[in-house]
Amino acid sequence: MKFLENIVHKMEPKFAKGGKLEKWNPVFESFATLAFTPAHVTKKGSHIRDGVDLKRTMMTVIMAMLPCLLFGIYNTGHWEMVAEAGDRSLDFWANGGDKFLRGVIVVLPLIVVSYGVGLTIEFIFGLIRGHALHEGFLVSGMLIPLVMPADVPLWMVGVATAFAVIIGKEVFGGTGMNILNVALTARAFLFFAYPTSMSGDNVWMSGNEVDGFTGSTALGDLATFMTDKASVAGQAVVDGAGMDTFTNTYSVMDSFFGMIPGSIGETSVVACLIGAFILLVTGVGSLRIMASFFAGGYVMGLLMNLIGGNVYLDLDAHYHLIIGGFAFGAVFMATDPVTAAQTATGKILYGFFGGAVAILIRVLNPAYPEGVMLAILFMNVMAPIIDHYVVQANIKRRLKRVKTA
Amino acid sequence: MSKTVKLRKGLDIRLVGVANKVKTELKVPKTISIKPTDFHGMTPKMVVKEGEQVKAGSTIFYNKYNESVKCSSPVSGKVEAVVRGAKRRIMEIVISTDGEIQYEEGTPLDAATMSAEDVKEKMLASGLWMYIKQRPLDVVADPNNEPKAIFVSAFDSSPLAPDFDYVLHGNNEEFQAGLNALAKLTKGKVHLSLNGKAPADSTFTGAKGVQINKFIGKHPAGNVGTQMHHLDPINKGEFAWSVNAQDVAIIGRYFLTGKYDARKTIAVTGSEIKDPHYFEVVSGTNLTEVLEGQITSDNVRVISGNVLTGDKVAQDGHLGFYHNQVTVIPEGNQLKFVLTKGWMSPGFDKFSNSRLFPTFLLGKKRFRLDTNLNGEERAFVVTGELEKVFPFDILPMQLVKAAITDDIDGMENLGIYEVAPEDFALCEYVCTTKIDIQDKIRQGLDLIGEECM
Repeated sequence: MKFLENIVHKMEPKFAKGGKLEKWNPVFESFATLAFTPAHVTKKGSHIRDGVDLKRTMMTVIMAMLPCLLFGIYNTGHWEMVAEAGDRSLDFWANGGDKFLRGVIVVLPLIVVSYGVGLTIEFIFGLIRGHALHEGFLVSGMLIPLVMPADVPLWMVGVATAFAVIIGKEVFGGTGMNILNVALTARAFLFFAYPTSMSGDNVWMSGNEVDGFTGSTALGDLATFMTDKASVAGQAVVDGAGMDTFTNTYSVMDSFFGMIPGSIGETSVVACLIGAFILLVTGVGSLRIMASFFAGGYVMGLLMNLIGGNVYLDLDAHYHLIIGGFAFGAVFMATDPVTAAQTATGKILYGFFGGAVAILIRVLNPAYPEGVMLAILFMNVMAPIIDHYVVQANIKRRLKRVKTA
Repeated sequence: MSKTVKLRKGLDIRLVGVANKVKTELKVPKTISIKPTDFHGMTPKMVVKEGEQVKAGSTIFYNKYNESVKCSSPVSGKVEAVVRGAKRRIMEIVISTDGEIQYEEGTPLDAATMSAEDVKEKMLASGLWMYIKQRPLDVVADPNNEPKAIFVSAFDSSPLAPDFDYVLHGNNEEFQAGLNALAKLTKGKVHLSLNGKAPADSTFTGAKGVQINKFIGKHPAGNVGTQMHHLDPINKGEFAWSVNAQDVAIIGRYFLTGKYDARKTIAVTGSEIKDPHYFEVVSGTNLTEVLEGQITSDNVRVISGNVLTGDKVAQDGHLGFYHNQVTVIPEGNQLKFVLTKGWMSPGFDKFSNSRLFPTFLLGKKRFRLDTNLNGEERAFVVTGELEKVFPFDILPMQLVKAAITDDIDGMENLGIYEVAPEDFALCEYVCTTKIDIQDKIRQGLDLIGEECM
């Protein structure tokens, strides 16, 4: 590695202050620090520092997302074939290689566009502000394709990424300063700007669907139960048989393993749990948020059962946790440390209400089949308030000391 | 009523180079120095000039804004140099010794039978007052304040710290005399806190006239700030004082002999030290002789104090006033390639409080850490990591942010009066942002000192 090191040393003066390419220093620094941890040493205070840095932290999150990504690619290929055949009963594991390849063809361009657009903008802001690339987008850039439906046009992903990075993050000051989760901002932007391309029955499967085939998701079908025209997978439901029809189409096992249509990375709870395991073992993700998010969703599901009255309200509470983007949101979105609550108690409240609101929106508002995105964005906004009250409680506790003493 | 406090939070950084329990006897150093910068916020007014002869116990300077607070020479000899920095600020006063120490002779006194005023006066006049530190603000105590309690920690839990049980073994009489003097200075209690994990030396267990407490836990259990918080926390308007255990013995020695005899035992430690062990030295000693033939490699950092809170000094520099150890670790000023030593390396050589490196599986392994930042400065992204090493009922990140933004109300509410920069040393160590948290807290305290005290 002496060879690379020599190159860095050779280029350094050109980019240093007063050098020819001084302006481009942030770009140089970004790449140089990617290859080498810089020789910066401590000056005073603590003379040694923990091995951890933001690059390693963010890399760990990306690795935690890999199971979701790989499964998502395969799943995308599978449903593309289903849509072409017009037959939902296609064996999930048959023609594996073909499915994976089809998935790669759909998903890879999404990833390239997301990273390409996002990193370009980040570099531009870095040049303007004179700082090297901050690592936050490395995770956002991977999350964005994973929360998109397979059929989303590439240009939309580009526009949404640009919107999310500029309006969602950079105007606030960049990584660590944003109020809303960047990836969810991208998705919310598309959801409201191009509703027809982000919801409905025809966006979840890439490729051409045969006539008469409905590529609806579990959540889309469930939402129909709140209307007059209940249908599951495009078939009208016979009165009274709604629950059975639904559970037969989306069995617990299928939903848990993720063999159902949905956004690219969100369907498999197993993959999400592997990611959660990585995040929790390494300590990057907050157990408080993840656990309380699931708890909040489950409790709200039970509450809905109490109300009852139709298939969606009667649906077993555990179903809510394994369909749609609930698990993915709990593991990767809600735990974003920048936009979540920052105090220990605050994290529990934040997660619990996030999960509860997600199910509330899902069930009671058929206009938004997926409530997780809106719930987390809502809680992002509420997080500072939660923290405020936790901090006030701490202050009061210490003031009380004076009075009791 | 003694208390036992168990702490769950904290971190023991396991470094290579623990001092063996062998002591090199005192050799009077060629020079010693007194660094006014060790007494934060104090403006020294010199009493002696360059070239003047002094004895051990002669006043060298006093505090310009509180003339009763004086600093004395620990050795006899000639004032060699008064080193000045920017704006002619006095950085260091170097005194060359004459090979043996002649003392200003005083009379032995029994603090226990003296009045509080007399004890205070004696300590101020002899320069012993400098050993008393005050919170809030973490500065030399102001004799006009009334402390609610005085705290002495009988153990140091910081990395490679000297073992006070070994260092003060057999100094029962001096230590007790020091405690007697301190007891006169407060209407409240004198708290002596022992390490609950190991049996303490009889110097500490036999101490009388004090409340003996036990602390069980990882670093910073031995920090006096942690002990104050759990025993008798400081509220706005209150003051608490603290004294290092070894300095209590120095105070005691003065009362027993009438001499300002600032001998102490320091641990010379760190991975770059050939034979880490204890040395008996004089306060402010030159380190050349101590480190001679001891340093194993060229590119090292010599730290007066421990790796978390100490000061960087030259190899021929001098020991800090409050320090009980010298640590030598490798400098980390080399590029580290991403896959072998950098952020994507397996990382078996990186000690981390997070579990992002496999070293958390390695149990008791000790590490050779260098001074590299291991990353670049960033905004606050990761949350919850400071809390893991901060055993206070104080929200560390919120307090640091208040200090950074000069938010006086915020700092007051969040507990700035209770903390000193050293309490945040571990926070600074673990923080992914790599910012100098201790420095930020220091600046916050200075602001509070200006505006609120």
